[in-house]
This record gives sequence, C-alpha cells and structure tokens, in this order.
Amino acid sequence: MPTRKTVLTVTLTLLAPLALGACGGGSSGSKDGDASTLRVLDYYNNEPDKTVYQKTLEACGQANGVTIQREAVPGANLIAKVLQQSSSRTLPDVLMLDNPDLQQIAASGALAPISDFGLSADGYIKGVVDASTYNGKVYGLQPITNSIGLFYNKDLLAKAGVKPPATWDELKTAAKALTKGDQYGLAFSAPANYEGTWQFLPFMWSNGGDEKNIATPQTAAALQLWVDLVRDGSASKSVLNWTQADVNDQFKAGKAAMMINGPWQFPVLNADTALHYDVVPTPVPTAGATGIAPLGGETWTIPQTGNKDRQAKAAKIVACLNSDDNQLALGKERQTVPTKTALLDKFVADNPSMKAFATIVQTARSRTGELGADWPKAATKIYTGVQTALTGGAPPAKALEQAQNG
Amino acid sequence: MADVEVAERSPLTTEDQPHKPASRTPERALQLLFLVPAVAYLLLFFGYPVVKNILMGFQHYTTSTFYTGEAPWVGLANYSAVIGSAVFSKALVNTALFTIGSIAGQFVIGLALAVFFRRKFPLSGVLRSLLLLPWLIPLIVSGTVWRWILDQDNGALNRFLGAAHLADRPGWLTSTSLALIAVIIVNIWIGIPFNATILYGGLQDIPEELYEAAEMDGATGWRAFRHVTWPLLRPVVGVVLVLGVVYTIKVLDIILGLTGGGPANATQTIATQSYHLSFQQYDFGQGAALGNILIIISLVFAVLYLRANRKAVDE
Repeated sequence: MPTRKTVLTVTLTLLAPLALGACGGGSSGSKDGDASTLRVLDYYNNEPDKTVYQKTLEACGQANGVTIQREAVPGANLIAKVLQQSSSRTLPDVLMLDNPDLQQIAASGALAPISDFGLSADGYIKGVVDASTYNGKVYGLQPITNSIGLFYNKDLLAKAGVKPPATWDELKTAAKALTKGDQYGLAFSAPANYEGTWQFLPFMWSNGGDEKNIATPQTAAALQLWVDLVRDGSASKSVLNWTQADVNDQFKAGKAAMMINGPWQFPVLNADTALHYDVVPTPVPTAGATGIAPLGGETWTIPQTGNKDRQAKAAKIVACLNSDDNQLALGKERQTVPTKTALLDKFVADNPSMKAFATIVQTARSRTGELGADWPKAATKIYTGVQTALTGGAPPAKALEQAQNG
Repeated sequence: MADVEVAERSPLTTEDQPHKPASRTPERALQLLFLVPAVAYLLLFFGYPVVKNILMGFQHYTTSTFYTGEAPWVGLANYSAVIGSAVFSKALVNTALFTIGSIAGQFVIGLALAVFFRRKFPLSGVLRSLLLLPWLIPLIVSGTVWRWILDQDNGALNRFLGAAHLADRPGWLTSTSLALIAVIIVNIWIGIPFNATILYGGLQDIPEELYEAAEMDGATGWRAFRHVTWPLLRPVVGVVLVLGVVYTIKVLDIILGLTGGGPANATQTIATQSYHLSFQQYDFGQGAALGNILIIISLVFAVLYLRANRKAVDE
C-alpha cells in the first residue's frame, strides 16, 4: 500500500511544523551549553531604566567573565512569559520579578534559594527581605525599593498659609483649605485594581488595619478618612478611575495641591521648572504614630535551570547588582532607595530629595509578607471595599465587611 | 429573491458529486488529504484550547502548575466558588445589560446609517469610509481616548455639558449608576461601523425594481422599508445580530481600558471577571470555570440562531 504510506508521510510532514510551533521556541533551553553567556529577563523596557540596567548588567557580566543576553519585556507581560518559560523549562539564568510576585513563583519551585549560593539578605530593610522570603527561605535580592508619600505644592501651600500635614486631622483641614475653584486639596488613586489597594495601604496599615481581615474598625476608620475627603470635595470623585500617573498629571497641572504618589514621578515633575514641590511621609492617624507604607520595587532571582555552573554565575550577577556601589548608583539614577540600611545615611546625604522616602521605607511593609501567594485575593477585597464606600454603596464598615465575605 | 433561490439549489448540485463512480482508493485518500490541514488547524487552535479550558475548570490550576505540571482535580469546586461569589450575579446582569444595550444601539444606528447611505449624494462615498474610522482604531486607544473624554472634571463631554448648562459634571466613569451606560455608549460607537457596513452590503442586494413596484402600489418611505427592505434584509440581520452578540459578550479591552470593571464592580462582566481571576489573581481554574460559563451562554445563542435560520429557510 504505497499510497497510504505516502498519505501518512505527507500528513505527518504537514503536522510537524504545527506541533513544533505549539511548543513555542522550546529549543533554546539553557540546560546545555557552557556558562559563558547568561540569559537575563526583566521588565525595564522603557528609558531611562532600560539603559541604566543594560549598563549595570553588562558591567556585572564583565566583572564575572560572562556575556549578558538580556531580554526586557513590557511589565504586563512578564508573569505570562515566566509561566510559559516555567512549563517549557526555558527559564532565564537571572530573573527579575516585581516583589509581590516573588512568592507566587517561589511557591512553584521554579526558583533557587539564594543561600544555595552563599548569598544572604543580612543588613537589608526588613520589609524588603519579607517580600523575597517564601517558607522561611530567601529567594531574591532587591537592590532598591520605593514607596509612596505625600507630595505637596510648596507655592500653593504657602499662598494658603498651610503647613504640610502630618496627621489625618491636619490632612483633612489642609485639603479643605487648599480646595478652591477647580483646584482640589488632595489627589490620590483608588481605581478598581491593585494600584488602588497600594495607595490605600499606608492609611490602612498606619491605623492598625491588616489584610488578613479587613472588616475591622481600624481599616474602616482609614476608609472613612478617604470617604470624608471625597465627600467634602477636598478630593475629586475621579479618584475612583485615576491611575497614579493621572494623579501626577493633576498635581503637575496645579489642579491638586497635594497628592499621594511615589518617587518614580520625580523626573516627570522636575521637567516643569516652575513647579516647586516637596515630599513628606503620608500623614498618620495621630501625632507620633508610626507610618507604615507599602514597599515597591523589583527583586532579582536565580531560577532552577538545572545547570549548577550557570546558576553559580547567575548568583554572582545578582550579588553584583546588589553591591553597595550598585545599590547607591541605581538608587540615584532611578530615584529609588537602596535596601541596605547601612547605606541610607550616605545615600540621603548625596541625594537630599530622597530624604522623605529613605525615612518611609525603613518602617514600610511588604504586601506579601503576611499572606504570600494569597495576597492577590486580599488585595482584590481591599480595593473592592474601598470603591464600594467611595461610591456611596455602603458605609465603610459595611463595605469592608461585604468585601471581606466576597 | 433570485439569490435565495440559487442558494437553496446549490447544495443539491454539490451533493450529486460523491455519487460519481470515482471513489477509487488513491483518489479518495487524496481527497481526505486535502482535509488534513483544515482538520489539523481546527484541532490545534480550536479543539485543544476548548478541551483544555474545560478540563482546567475542574482543576486547581495555579502559577505552580506551570512549573510542576500538577493540577489536582477539584470536581465542581471552581464552579461553586465563582457562582457563589457576590460578584457573579452582578457580572451576569451586567453582561446581559451590556450585550443587549450595545447590540440594540449598534444595530439601530447602524441600520439607520446603512439606509441613509443607500441614497447617492455628493461625498457619500467619502463619508461612508470615514464611518469606518472607529473600527480601524485599536480598541485600547479608543478606550484611553474615551476615558479622557468622559473624565469627570476635565473631560470634553462634561465641559460641553457644563457650557450648555445641561448637566453639572456627571461622573460617567465614577458613578455606579452611570458607568455601565457610559461603557455601553462607547461600545455602541465602536460597533456602528461593523453593523452599518454589513447591513449596507445587504441593502445592495435588494433590487431597485422592487422599490419601484412598491412605489406604484403606494408604498414609499416607512412603508417601503417595512414591506420591502426589512423582509429582504432579514437573513443579513440574523448574521449581524448573532455575530454582534458573540463579539459583545466577550468584550474585554474596552471595559478594562475605561473602568477596569469598577467602580465597585458596576461594569464587571463575566469576561472581565474571568480575566481578573486568571491573570490578576492567578487562579486559572476559577478563571477557566467562568470562561466555560461564558462559552455555554454563547452556545445558547448559536443554537437559537441555527434554529431561527432553519425556520427562515423552511419558509
């Protein structure tokens, strides 16, 4: 039966490319090959970060005798990419992760504990270490971190005779006094996503609220503050749909006298030389209370690629990215704060504009430190509760209770 | 009319062919061979994802699964979790309102424009192609631009309404009662070109003589539409509506771009919630379960369409 055989051959030939295509570039596995080239994956695909990291990674590669083959994907695509690479066993040698995602990936077993390579996170800010820790083991080192604080427009506050607020009461009074015409006293971001959760955390945590159960009087009181600010017109109702970049635009345009935002906005704000602003920690419930803000930033990990030599080299690169010099340099170039506590004094002396954030991060908390891989569910509950209360769907306590019960 | 008759006859002529004595094995095999690419394509790109999605709905499928390959079976736990959550009933109602509202608006305006452009007037061709614009813009761009237009404080729409003393800054995207309406309006704007184009094509197939004959019988304007245009357009209308439902029920980018499902789940649909569960909460099992529910809803419409179509042919 020659024809049937031919048919079969042709069929298989036709199917082969499809079957290969389905595997998606599985050929470039890193199991084989020597340790002279390391693959690096991160999401710094925009300038200036793209160049800053390219430069730093190349220097680290050179110092350790390896060539860096770097891929930078858009932030939103990173996790999808990592999951693909997890299932096809093509994870890079050095992998950058947004710190709240580390525990998700570490839980799958795809990452190697840094202690396997003689690294440790001693001397790092506690919150930063918490974020990179899963089941008692540290899986990543984060060279720099950031957080959010209260930005204020110096000119507008001076004109209204208002001092930068330090407590919730002062914040309410100041915001009210600064609201006139189409200028709002305060802008913050409370959209239906994790950005909204992130912005609410300093208020919730500083008042003793906790993500394990958000249906508590402490969290409700923090939410009441936001509700009051929106209800008396000190903050726009648009906060429900504003991203942090939108908030920054409002502040930059002088339509908000104060805002909650992070240091990554410095370059945008500094581009406008007529704008005079400064930053203080987010106001706390009462005078003297400790402010607790959420920690941001990305952590560098060493995936389980199965090649010990390459992993050892990768660990050297991660260690190099976290060297004192690189922490200081990255902090300066990216308007972020080094994570080694011993470096902070020197860093602030060299970069006075980072003073507020250097203070904030020392008491800041990681989002996943307590709940780990369950954080996304809790974060969803938090922004849902916040949105329900801000839209007037229910008073804060009730809104948080509904959200907690899902 | 002529078209319909041809369409009814053609299946018979093709059916005759297999009865020809040419069913020798090699030729038969060759015929089957030509089917292979299509079958392989369908199996790989439709069969596999659908089956995988159905299976995922019964598994505890998380980020770990991708590395370990372990996805324990959990029976109906994912389904009871997503159906039992407070968001589900809200998302179901929103999906229905969003779909019905969008389709009704797109279809009525699309049909009106199609009928309007049936007349030839200067620049009608240019205007008709400009009408396609919303269709050509990437959805994420449309979403972003509309988000600015609809902004409460500085949006163009509220500026206009304020200047015209019509309304005082309604919160299009921030009020739980307006957000769904705003999202529907934007989706109508996006869907008009599709409806108008297909319906316009359908109108071209209606012979001019029929209108002339109708006019002789005194049927012009609305009566001509009612007794000539509408009955002859019905097969096209069926296609437009079913495709519209299928496209609308799964709309994701527009809602994500405008409101992200907020405020307070006011614009959360089954599709956005499924996306959220899978790609924000990394609970791929629950996301798949919700996706499967959406597939079943779409299937119901497909069956309704097939039955309606069969009836139309029988008539």
